[in-house]
Amino acid sequence: MAVDSVTIALVGSGGAGVMTAGQMLLDAAAQVGWYGLMSRSSGPQIRGGEAAALVRLSPKPVEGPGDRFDLIIAFDWQNVERFAAELPMTAESVIVTDPSQGDVPAVLAASGARIIELPIKELAGKIPGGRVNMVGLGAVASIVGLPRAGVDAVIDKALGKKGEGAVKASAAGIDAGAKEVAGWGLGLELTAPEARTGIRWNISGNEAAGFGALKAGVKFCAAYPITPATEILEWLAPNLARTGGLLVQAEDELASINMIVGASFGGVPSITATAGPGLSLMTEALGLAVASETPVVVVDVMRGGPSTGIPTKSEQSDLNIAVNGLHGDAPHLVVAPTSIADCLFTTQWAVHLAEALQTACIVLSDQSMGQSRAVVDKPADQPFKAQRLLADGLDSGELFKRYAVTGSGVSPTAIPGMPGGEHTADGLEHSERGLPSSQSSDHHKQLDKRLRKLVGHDYGIHWADIEGDGDVAVLTWGSATGPAREAVARLTAAGHKVRLVSLRLLSPVKPELVAEALKGVSRVLVVEQTHGAQFHKHIRAHVDLPGTVSVLSQPGPLPIRARDVQQALASIL
Amino acid sequence: MDTHLVEEVAALTPGDYKSDVKPIWCPGCGDYSVLAAVTRALANMGLARHNTAVVSGIGCSSRIPAYTSCYGFHGVHGRSLAAASGLKLARPDLTVLVFGGDGDGFSIGGNHFLHACRRNVDMTYVVMDNQVYGMTKGQASPTTEADWCESKLTPEGPGVNPIQPVSLALACGANFVARGFSGDPNEVARLIVEGVRHPGFSVIHVLSPCVTFRPEQRGWKSTVHPYGRQPTDDPNEAMRAVLEDDGFGLGIFLAGNRRPFAPAGTAVKTIQQIEEGFAV
Ligand SMILES: Cc1ncc(C[n+]2csc(CCOP(=O)(O)OP(=O)(O)O)c2C)c(N)n1
Ligand code: SF4
Repeated sequence: MAVDSVTIALVGSGGAGVMTAGQMLLDAAAQVGWYGLMSRSSGPQIRGGEAAALVRLSPKPVEGPGDRFDLIIAFDWQNVERFAAELPMTAESVIVTDPSQGDVPAVLAASGARIIELPIKELAGKIPGGRVNMVGLGAVASIVGLPRAGVDAVIDKALGKKGEGAVKASAAGIDAGAKEVAGWGLGLELTAPEARTGIRWNISGNEAAGFGALKAGVKFCAAYPITPATEILEWLAPNLARTGGLLVQAEDELASINMIVGASFGGVPSITATAGPGLSLMTEALGLAVASETPVVVVDVMRGGPSTGIPTKSEQSDLNIAVNGLHGDAPHLVVAPTSIADCLFTTQWAVHLAEALQTACIVLSDQSMGQSRAVVDKPADQPFKAQRLLADGLDSGELFKRYAVTGSGVSPTAIPGMPGGEHTADGLEHSERGLPSSQSSDHHKQLDKRLRKLVGHDYGIHWADIEGDGDVAVLTWGSATGPAREAVARLTAAGHKVRLVSLRLLSPVKPELVAEALKGVSRVLVVEQTHGAQFHKHIRAHVDLPGTVSVLSQPGPLPIRARDVQQALASIL
Repeated sequence: MDTHLVEEVAALTPGDYKSDVKPIWCPGCGDYSVLAAVTRALANMGLARHNTAVVSGIGCSSRIPAYTSCYGFHGVHGRSLAAASGLKLARPDLTVLVFGGDGDGFSIGGNHFLHACRRNVDMTYVVMDNQVYGMTKGQASPTTEADWCESKLTPEGPGVNPIQPVSLALACGANFVARGFSGDPNEVARLIVEGVRHPGFSVIHVLSPCVTFRPEQRGWKSTVHPYGRQPTDDPNEAMRAVLEDDGFGLGIFLAGNRRPFAPAGTAVKTIQQIEEGFAV
């Protein structure tokens, strides 16, 4: 019998090539029409050290990790205990191990999983230039029933630049692995793919965020590298240049954020990306963007915190600083993508909102979306573009009021190069003209204006993903959405009525919209990946949640799995 | 820079570059003369106000933008060079001038100064050095003498050696380095004009007395002296010469030949084409 989803871990120390094999597996699955997701787990080492490519394949779109690993294939067991907790297994799981690499570590064997030996190293050794990861790939492809043509289609793409010899050696390795496992009959063949309709993409969250920025019209980025955000910057560097924009490497995050503020003052839509430590450094200048009403977007790809924390692993714990980290009353936007593919839309939307509302917008992505790759249906085109409200009638001879108090709170602006619009944008509190002022009347008017423009804006349907009905609701955000959605789908299939409400707009919270989305609900389950239940507290500060509320709040680096949400829901259904 | 010599040439006087805003400065502050020098320099070059951006950080000296009638950006403490670099890189068509104090530029903003010098973006940085934090009422700055005991924060004196902005600028790779004195605004105006016209990052160190917290600086007018050498285009030669400088020599130290940093993308791909790269 074929399965509807298979979750595989390719495990090995650096140099074994688990990430290459994982990527090729995902690419090959995409070629034959499956969907899939590959995330990475790696230790802190720069090169070498323990690593695992975590791949989930399915004929249906995949948005979260599986409940357990169906198959673990290990090229060696070096330090695997460091992330054994991230590899849940059951007695139905299968561990493929190379006898030359010693026993299966007890923490993994304790699951009761079936253990099968495969002399991977020996098989690779028999092939000139043979590599263990290719033997492993051949074995896995065969176990899940991936047609050989799919694998062949990706060998060239992945290894072609290494020359014909490498391509041949890979093919031979794949053959050897496949041949050994033929007839094992593990029951892990994946259901055949449905006929493909429409275009599919293979994209990471970080690439999607970069592309979203580009689609919105971003033309400038200042960059300081940090895990796990660097790929956004590295993707933007060539792609901004190709589209007539520019990325510049800054000396630190204080510089990168101030550079984009400066560029944006020049009228050029601008972005940067960082992670928690960088966001901490940026908060003063984010306040400057808010006060001077200079649009900027910062994508924060969250990792374990506080401090340097766990750079390579995911957590949603930057919510507090993103929402509350600025000094003074500094209303700004915080939005979060709800999936890898949604990193595109949410970043595009963020640029649009920041520009339309002349403020700072923080996009809260995370490592599990940013550094994971998914095969997805090509996201629908969205019209959101960077567009700033520019003043007209600047030739009136009157001094320009940059911060004119308007009904909407948005003041028509002027950018350098526009005669008659000369003004000084200022982080000091100011009068409507922008002149420094410490008068209460100016302060109050400008505070009201800067809040009004955010609260009064019509965010349309995009403020949240709302699915299903019933009087039980899962309230969540960000990368927790995928597993929550999967749990809801399972319970719905079992005849329960469960709602999913995942917020894309995290600040400002729109209490009336949240209340409307939860109308008729008597039990709410809040799901998030933090230790301090940050999301729960944030929402409750603005909204009286209906009925009884329970919270599933689990810190990283353990991902939230559909099973976790399902269990939490089962206890309140 | 010639592209900026546009439209309003001849029509504008220094007064036209002054805004109607009254400076907050103490009577006698050197910064008034720097402001006068700036407006003179702008009029001299005939720069269009709408194509000129004046960027600053925080401090008494950093108040300059709003006192001009150009586009201005008054950012946060120490980050003016970062903001200005972003602006100039994104909008190479603008003339960008940056102003600030010795605290803003060399203490909190020291790292940006280092990198602005080596990056060599085509803009002009005027540091108004009064060897004190004026705005926060008289604390030692990175250019204050080690034995200056007038600050409540360091009553025994800061006890650390001051830096020398001109040699720092040279060491970090600035392309144009000069020193002026606010007591001679015509000369400061000339240096600003030269700095703006010179491609790349120009640093103009202006000795600008804080009459309130360093009243003894009124005496600078008899301490300053012409530097006495011709400007060189060789940073090594300039560096050697600066070793003999007492910190009060006025003039142009270096007018170098480094190429400004001005990367520019060219649109060779459409969004559509980039998107195709994701397709399976
Ligand atoms: C992040 C931050 N820290 C401290 C301050 C307080 N502060 C304002 S101006 C200033 C120093 C100003 O000295 P300088 O740059 O030499 O300029 P001056 O006032 O002498 O012209 C300080 C410390 C601030 N505004 N922001
Ligand atoms: S405190 Fe000093 S630097 Fe500031 S305005 Fe007064 S005299 Fe000038």
